[in-house]
Amino acid sequence: MRFVPLILALALAPLLRGIINRTKARFAGRAGPPLLQAYYDLSKLLRKGAVYSHTTTWVFRAGPIVSLSGVLVAATLLPFGNCPSAVAFPGDLVVFVYLLAVGRFFTVAAALDTGSAFEGMGSSREVFFSALAEPSLLLGMAAVARESIGGSAFTSLSEILSAASGHLWVNLGLILVFVAVALFVVCLAENARMPVDDPTTHLELTMIHEVMVLDHGGPDFALVNYAAALKLWLTAALIVGIVVPSTHLLVVDVAVSLSAMAFLAVLIGAVESTMARLRMVRVQQLLIGAATLTFLALILEYRA
Amino acid sequence: MILLALILVPTLAGGLAFAMRAKMWRRTLLIATALVHAALTASLWIDRPGPVLNQWLAVDSLGLLFLSIVSGLFLASAVYSIAYLREEEAARHIDREEGFLFSNEPEAVFVGCLLLFLASMTMVTLSHHLGLLWVGIEGTTLASAPLIYFHRHHRSLEATWKYILICSVGIALALMGNFVLSVATTSPDGRHEIPLIVHRLLENAGRIRVDWLRAAFLFFLVGYGTKMGLAPLHTWLPDAHSEAPSPVSALLSGALLNCAFLGILRVHQLCVAAGEAAFSSPLLILFGVLSLTVAAVFIMRQTDIKRMLAYSSVEHMGVQVIGVGLGGAGVFGAMLHSVNHSLTKAALFLTAGNILAYFGRKRVDEVSGMNRALPTSAVLWIAGFLAITGSPPFGAFLSEFTILKAALDGERFVVAVLYLVMLALIFVGMANIFLRMAQGGRPKTKGPGARETPLALLSPVLLLSCTLVLGLYVPRPLENVCRDVQSSLETPARARAAAEKPEARTVLSHSTVRPNRTLKK
Amino acid sequence: MTSPSDIILVLVILINLLLLGTGRLRSCIRAVAVQGAAIGLLPLLVSSAGFSPRLTLVAVVSVALKGFVFPWLLFRSMRSANVRHEVDPVIGYTASILAGVVLTGASFWMASRLQLPIVPVSDLVLPVALSTILCGLLLIVSRRQALSQVVGYLVLENGIYIFGTALAHEEPLLVEMGILLDVFVAVLVMGVAVFHISREFDHIDVDHLARLKD
Repeated sequence: MRFVPLILALALAPLLRGIINRTKARFAGRAGPPLLQAYYDLSKLLRKGAVYSHTTTWVFRAGPIVSLSGVLVAATLLPFGNCPSAVAFPGDLVVFVYLLAVGRFFTVAAALDTGSAFEGMGSSREVFFSALAEPSLLLGMAAVARESIGGSAFTSLSEILSAASGHLWVNLGLILVFVAVALFVVCLAENARMPVDDPTTHLELTMIHEVMVLDHGGPDFALVNYAAALKLWLTAALIVGIVVPSTHLLVVDVAVSLSAMAFLAVLIGAVESTMARLRMVRVQQLLIGAATLTFLALILEYRA
Repeated sequence: MILLALILVPTLAGGLAFAMRAKMWRRTLLIATALVHAALTASLWIDRPGPVLNQWLAVDSLGLLFLSIVSGLFLASAVYSIAYLREEEAARHIDREEGFLFSNEPEAVFVGCLLLFLASMTMVTLSHHLGLLWVGIEGTTLASAPLIYFHRHHRSLEATWKYILICSVGIALALMGNFVLSVATTSPDGRHEIPLIVHRLLENAGRIRVDWLRAAFLFFLVGYGTKMGLAPLHTWLPDAHSEAPSPVSALLSGALLNCAFLGILRVHQLCVAAGEAAFSSPLLILFGVLSLTVAAVFIMRQTDIKRMLAYSSVEHMGVQVIGVGLGGAGVFGAMLHSVNHSLTKAALFLTAGNILAYFGRKRVDEVSGMNRALPTSAVLWIAGFLAITGSPPFGAFLSEFTILKAALDGERFVVAVLYLVMLALIFVGMANIFLRMAQGGRPKTKGPGARETPLALLSPVLLLSCTLVLGLYVPRPLENVCRDVQSSLETPARARAAAEKPEARTVLSHSTVRPNRTLKK
Repeated sequence: MTSPSDIILVLVILINLLLLGTGRLRSCIRAVAVQGAAIGLLPLLVSSAGFSPRLTLVAVVSVALKGFVFPWLLFRSMRSANVRHEVDPVIGYTASILAGVVLTGASFWMASRLQLPIVPVSDLVLPVALSTILCGLLLIVSRRQALSQVVGYLVLENGIYIFGTALAHEEPLLVEMGILLDVFVAVLVMGVAVFHISREFDHIDVDHLARLKD
């Protein structure tokens, strides 16, 4: 039971990307790649060899491995569809946020290790934007934590998310909406999606996430991609966990949550298809707007 | 009926003035309305009618005093305006400071707004409902904004914009004060009982919630204080007063500021009745001293005639607020001072208008040798200087001295010393400017110069004579009204003490004593 | 938390922050129109007595003025003044939003310390009114363009209106109408002034209104 969320995440994470790409293709009037394309890509990459530049050190090689393991550990903390997570302890939401940060730190370190100007630029942007996104994540979680448990903010993710119920929506609907919207923005920013970063761009100057991993190849790149897919899954699952009320029927809950994940992926695809990438200056406004929403949610929560 | 007529006559006349074609008739209408208004006001001194319109409109001593100031000044300005408008008839004018061409506002708009301005000021003085008072004060802002923009050029536009925006924001805060006061009058069971009518509030003052009353007082003080030109909220005032046409400046300074003062007084009255004088009085004194200080600093290094007069208004508003803050005889002094200041300041602004018409310049160093070019105005200018700085034998001396005595009697020595030092500084600063303008050689650039006409001199001469008379003798009705206001601003305990030792009376009898203040200078 | 008046009040806060972060004058005017219309509905929701013709009249007049007439006046002077479309903040948008958040937080804190004599329809009334007033003041001092200062004035007025309708006892109808009339004329006069400013200076940055000083 406790491993259901982890297994689902490991198995289905790349599928999320497939759904997003399919949605974007539909919006553009194309048939699009198969849903399982991400899996094919991974298996192809894993069969290839890796090339390492002479100027890089062990940091470059460690980057993908550490970042994937960070995300993997984070995946053990997150419940899904009313299934408790593999590991749960009070305060694990902070650990969750910082495990994601560890992964990012090593990705950035590996990118800087190559000494390329473009990768340095991408790194600085990534760090800047995620620093702006982090307050929203923490404040949003704090708001939800207070609201569901009614006590200290330092409780475990499993408790917080399992408390989401229809009753909560009636009482504190506004807060949930605020937090969900803010976390959706964070999800877009953290996963290098459209209004913040363009995952399909071919111009290094405008890239954020993609430019950092340009020098990785073969199995390393597969690890990087898999880690990114997992991260997308985790942030999406967080939103779904907050928004979807539980019915205490395990099968129903999991099914509803899975379809909510699919819906979220379609939503991301739709956002990507209809919005242009924001100017760098506007991105910080977007993220600060999200942080503002969560702060507001926290204030309202405190009043309620 | 008279009360309604006082408001409706100028309103209707204002509407009519917008529609009138003939210049002649419009000017006649202006003078006629001013005369009717003054006559109606005078009749109030003989017989005070009862409240009308649900007690929203009523006349008490405080309102009557300020209404008389408004009415008298309006009459003087209206007469002066006739002379002024004659000079301004040309379609195009040259700005003699920067040399560009500009046109004036249509005369119909000017006269119409002037009359509406009178109507709104009358409403302020007569309304006993605080909400209606607010409507009136905001009305004065809106009616006077077009008057400031009479000369259509960029400087007056700037002054108008600052005036509308800053005053509207300030007055919006006073509206908040109204609402907060309304919360303060809510009874514990959540029912609202006391309407915001002045005497009902005073009767039920003991039931008002003190903490919310304090908040309301702060909002009112900041809100109406902005309109009254108390430092540091005075920033719009020098601009508006210096760019407006002179008869309008006279009204703004002499009448409008007092209307805002009235708003503050009404709330202060409430605080006193509710036993919160210990909260409101120090705040009034603080704002007053601050205004005096700011005025002193800016008058010392002023280069513009009308701006100097404007800062002098800030000074005198400070003096009045200090007087009220001190309480007792200080209130008496403040009331007397509001009369004296209005008369003197209006006379000065009107004289400044004559000077401006002749020299075409407002910079102090470009105006000199008035005693040869404009002999009558030079005399008025010097007399006005003596009157405004509170030198005997003018009325302002008497009232400022009463306030000083109230400070000394109340053992508020710090206030008294600051008050004296600032007044002395202002005396020096103004002497420097006024004397240099009146004396000195003939100006190098002689303007095309409109000579002083009897019509343009009439009003300032009369106004100054009035304040001179007030310095020598305070008529009994005026004294009674001021004393009435004083007793309405006293807590019961204080009123008893005052009855045992009538301070104000002793001050009046001391008025012939040579003051040490002029020696200090 | 989900009653209609709560939703309106939260919407008001969101619009305050939106106004602080928006650069386009047109969207600012639209936002303040939505805010005004939403606030205009409040008198209907807060009354304990339920429906009354007096309240309905007040609500209809305020919705009409705040939601339609004011924006229309602003749009009209915007067109006649031919202004640029940016609001020209003195402090940047991000800083403005952050300042707005701080002010909002402060208002909630202040409101939690004030003791109301009556139980308001929603416990959000007091903090939202305070934060709207503060945000309005911030908008006025932090914008260079004349029209966006007028928008700030309207926000300030909205904040006071929230406080008035929800907490103060009902002013007599005549006074209430007088207040609305005054605000209406104020906006009208400001609009006319904006037109004159644009004609005199070819734009409406109040930065250029800086000749008068000591």
